[in-house]
Amino acid sequence: MPLPRLIPCLDVAAGRVVKGVRFEGLRDVGDAVELGAAYSDAGADELVFLDIKATLEERASLVQLVRRVAERLAIPFTVGGGVRAVDDAAALLDAGADKVSVNSAALDRPELIAELAGRLGSQAVVVAIDVSAGEVYSHAGTRPTGREVTAWALEAEQRGAGEVLLTSIDADGTREGYDLPVTRAVAAAVTIPVIASGGAGTAAHVAEALGVAQAALLASILHENPARLVSLREELAALGVPLRDAA
Amino acid sequence: MCGRMRRKGDGTVTGVRICEYGAGNTLSVEVALRRLGADVAVTSEPADVLAADLAVLPGVGSAASAMAGLEARGLAGALRERVAAGRPTLGICLGLQLALEQSEEDGGVAGLGLLPGRAVRLREGRVPRIGWAPVEPGGEAFYFAHSYAAETSAATARSEGIVAEARLGSFVGVQFHPEKSGAAGARYLERVVREAG
Repeated sequence: MPLPRLIPCLDVAAGRVVKGVRFEGLRDVGDAVELGAAYSDAGADELVFLDIKATLEERASLVQLVRRVAERLAIPFTVGGGVRAVDDAAALLDAGADKVSVNSAALDRPELIAELAGRLGSQAVVVAIDVSAGEVYSHAGTRPTGREVTAWALEAEQRGAGEVLLTSIDADGTREGYDLPVTRAVAAAVTIPVIASGGAGTAAHVAEALGVAQAALLASILHENPARLVSLREELAALGVPLRDAA
Repeated sequence: MCGRMRRKGDGTVTGVRICEYGAGNTLSVEVALRRLGADVAVTSEPADVLAADLAVLPGVGSAASAMAGLEARGLAGALRERVAAGRPTLGICLGLQLALEQSEEDGGVAGLGLLPGRAVRLREGRVPRIGWAPVEPGGEAFYFAHSYAAETSAATARSEGIVAEARLGSFVGVQFHPEKSGAAGARYLERVVREAG
């Protein structure tokens, strides 16, 4: 297996990194390319840029952002938010993204996963799943779908997904640790890589997640602070997690 | 963008041509090579590919559609001709797999035959195999994202037993993505460009 991956996640709108609680009261905290570059320098294995507005007007600025990131960075990155059709995804990959992530659009129309994999290859298709108490939620975690999480993860794999990005709504933002039972259950159900997300507060939490999943998404634990990634990597190395030498 | 162009012995800049054949994302490869100071252009013209100091065959997607795209543009012949003439050529990821005699992807596809062997589906671990993994010899980690891998007697480097690099004559193919492999990837590309210049 490749080395465990640390993947900082940046919430973006109109090319800027934004912060807010439940998408309300968004605050601009910097340029997305600059923060992405700083994370890359700090040893990020990949990045995720999540367009949290994902409106039609936002689409053009997202493609522009992707191009700027690709011109600046030499590590892989995923773009999510608002991908509803194969052409949306192809435009992002043409602009230099390595992967796209889909969530609600895939739940609305599961055939989208196969369409994306057919055009872009499975390695470019991340299916993001938001879960609470074993049930999949759509629309940024607001709508229960009635789908059981391991069944949906397996269906996504069978339709051509290359990775699952699994976010526990229950753990997200608590900083009390990843939801290991649900992560373990999904990792056991599929044979594609799983990225754990939601709940990281300490290096020990991240190490636990990397014992179950192939990668860990890092959001609030980093506080938009690349120096925290440097110290986190040191703490993980001390805990015996094998990370790449990013020099 | 660093300003200095890479000069060859005669003072001209190393000309790199990236094959465009409908397989999507060539931008990252283009940007990575331009950072090294090479004169880089993307082309689907066989004559440009033949004349370049270094030709690059990138690729994501499926073997069958990629081979069809290369054949339709006359690029398959141009690549065979330049490798036969000993001109430096680099294949990346699917570009390595296409260089083999055949691939078992898409029910079996004939490749360019620049390297002996075939591309086979990965059968161990999680597939796609995605992430950074050490490459031996050297031990440096590079970024991989693939579901098929080369089986070839021309292997010159491996990662977890999987062929990471293969060379024959003037062709070199890598399974990893040097353009996405940070500083290690940039150093790798620089060596390839220097050898071509």
